[in-house]
Amino acid sequence: MPGSLPFDEMTNADGSVREPYLILDSWLKEQPPQAMGLMAADAEAIFRRLGITFAVYGSNEGTEKLIPFDVIPRIISALEWRRLSKGIEQRVRALNAFLHDIYHRQEILRAGRIPEKLILNNSAFCPQMMGLDPARGIYSHIIGVDLVRVDAEGWYVLEDNLRTPSGVSYMLEDREAMLQLAPDLFSRLKVAPVETYPENLRRTLESVAPAGTKGTPTLAVLTPGIHNSAYFEHSFLADQMGAELCEGQDLFVDGGQVFMRTTTGPRRVDVVYRRIDDDFLDPLTFRSDSMLGVPGLFDAYRAGNVTLVNAPGTGIADDKAVYTYVPEIIEFYLGEKALLKNVPTHNCTDPDERAYVLEHIAELVVKEVHGSGGYGMMVGPTSTKEMHETFRQKILARPDNYIVQPTLALSTCPTFVESGIAPRHVDLRPYVLVGDQIRITPGGLTRVALKQGSLVVNSSQGGGTKDTWVLED
Amino acid sequence: MLGRVAQNLFWLSRYVERAENMARLLEVGYRMSLTSRREGGASEHLLSMMQAAEVDELFLAKHKTPDAPSVSQFMLFDETNPSSVRSCLLAARTNARSVRTALTTDMWESLNTAWLEFSGVDPREVTGSRLIELLQWVKTVSYRYRGALLSTFLRDEGYAFSQIGNFVERADNTARILDMKYYVLLPRTDLIGGDVDIQQWTLILRAASAHRSYRHVYHDRYKAWNIADYLILRHEMPRSLFFSVGWINRTLEMLAEIHGGRSKGHEAAAQVTAMLDGNSMDRIFSYGLHEFLTEFIGKNNEITEAVAESYNFY
Repeated sequence: MPGSLPFDEMTNADGSVREPYLILDSWLKEQPPQAMGLMAADAEAIFRRLGITFAVYGSNEGTEKLIPFDVIPRIISALEWRRLSKGIEQRVRALNAFLHDIYHRQEILRAGRIPEKLILNNSAFCPQMMGLDPARGIYSHIIGVDLVRVDAEGWYVLEDNLRTPSGVSYMLEDREAMLQLAPDLFSRLKVAPVETYPENLRRTLESVAPAGTKGTPTLAVLTPGIHNSAYFEHSFLADQMGAELCEGQDLFVDGGQVFMRTTTGPRRVDVVYRRIDDDFLDPLTFRSDSMLGVPGLFDAYRAGNVTLVNAPGTGIADDKAVYTYVPEIIEFYLGEKALLKNVPTHNCTDPDERAYVLEHIAELVVKEVHGSGGYGMMVGPTSTKEMHETFRQKILARPDNYIVQPTLALSTCPTFVESGIAPRHVDLRPYVLVGDQIRITPGGLTRVALKQGSLVVNSSQGGGTKDTWVLED
Repeated sequence: MLGRVAQNLFWLSRYVERAENMARLLEVGYRMSLTSRREGGASEHLLSMMQAAEVDELFLAKHKTPDAPSVSQFMLFDETNPSSVRSCLLAARTNARSVRTALTTDMWESLNTAWLEFSGVDPREVTGSRLIELLQWVKTVSYRYRGALLSTFLRDEGYAFSQIGNFVERADNTARILDMKYYVLLPRTDLIGGDVDIQQWTLILRAASAHRSYRHVYHDRYKAWNIADYLILRHEMPRSLFFSVGWINRTLEMLAEIHGGRSKGHEAAAQVTAMLDGNSMDRIFSYGLHEFLTEFIGKNNEITEAVAESYNFY
């Protein structure tokens, strides 16, 4: 509600501390005045030494930035987490079923539950995937679900990330840093481990190897290279899984099989965890000017000789325009009501809704359908009149290019900033692995908007991260 | 192991070794320029030092005459000088980033920390004693990296490629240092060197960190013949050609064991070995020291090419 204070995850409106935070609260009170500042400085030194950085596009060689890390953890109770993870599991099952249907019989379109035009004319729809049968029928194996919280009970899904979600290395390194910085705090609480992620990722990838794979599948992580903003994560995950970190030039296709170039000659590759976008994956099938991909990779995939993780074309399930239909999708494939709520979304192509949006734009959030990273969006309450007008014109010019949502009062968490400990808005991205079973790492990546009042948590826009603790019973 | 990873490990170690050698060379050139009493002597020393590093032409294209400030800036910080300490450390770190998964945390951190510290140095402050201090620091970067490597790196392919790179670079460097002053090492009728000669010999030994250990091996004053012998043929001198090539051979044998076979790299190394094995300073001098060193540098380079071809560098 505009005007009233947002929900704080630690402190109730009456000043009392919420149950999951009681121990943290007393720990914070025990710390001497300088302790938090020292911890923050230590944390920065740890991250810099380890080289946990992201490259900023357009900046010079060697200028890698650190994502700010906040030393106060965010805490979620066991009960809260059980509810959330049920909802998440339901969602990823439905979305994978949706992808299978879209690339096969398209029953959901025939049934008229989703407008055909929305899918078939969508740039995220990948016609090359039609009729292809990926191992175990899974399209999106690695998923990040962006959640926001507005009160004690109310969580909303802000968006699904089914292409190549990033950030999981921060989840792991944040935990590593917290263990170093505040070991005594861990000893007082039972925090569910996140360190199992790399092992689970490996098991997931192995479980979707092509049917004909002999012995233990050979895994490769395919990266665009050191200039990519998420390169650290690519190398981190390859290292943690014991998989080979490859660039496009390290792989080649021969006789419909994928090989890597080793010092002793070609070696067969069974599963490629690719961190290259669909468009750049294979110059023979997708963008012909791609220097990052592997010529012939898609044909090898089509022939069932290699598994691509995630499959190309999964973007159709996390498109912002399709997002509106996810509750519908869950009902259609699972016959269940959605456990997690969608943020109510205005469709600007509808004249009535458009009129409402144009009139109330100062209270709303406008997002470009294909935008990401916090770019191409406008948060009404924190934007100028000129910005409001600019986005009115944009919506009028291309109503199908924008979705509009109410400005949610994102929950806040205590955060250590220059002025001391103060509430800052947060979101949450849990990571889901889909293979022989669905594995959800307890917690996920909490992103925090470090600027007072800001609702934009993206690292490219001044956001930081926090370690996220799910308590065990 | 990916061919690209092997290549990166090879070059990564070469760049670290090169940074160390550049620091040594600059230290020697700088000392010589300080103590030179002849008119123009200072810039001659600096220039011949840059000749040894094969960057003299590049320097002269940018600067008129070599003096200590311009040369030390050029050798330390110049981005257009591919062998400057800055270029070497950046190249080492960039190589390390792209093969991070193949390095141990300690190896990566030694390079990452080195680059971060070096980036924090203000070139304008690097004069006089700060210069010597910084050159010492560059050497410790190399020691830290090598120390991390020797104590934490798995003795498999990656180790072998890193060692071949390291010692190909070292052999190349020692040969160049000798070649830069080969004429002061030639046997002459006056067996006792003059002051100038002694100063030059000290320069050569210092550049190889060998001016102290020389005494332990030869129990004698500096003599041209011994100095050449020390840096070319002595097996116990860790920067000599003989030692470097021996190390290359040993790591190549290790590769042959891992891969179950020998390669063109072995053949190329055998060619270089043949130049040293059973050879004597007598024969090298009568062949011609300069000719010998030129041939050595050429054949040493062929090891790189043969290894690159045999192990799928690209």
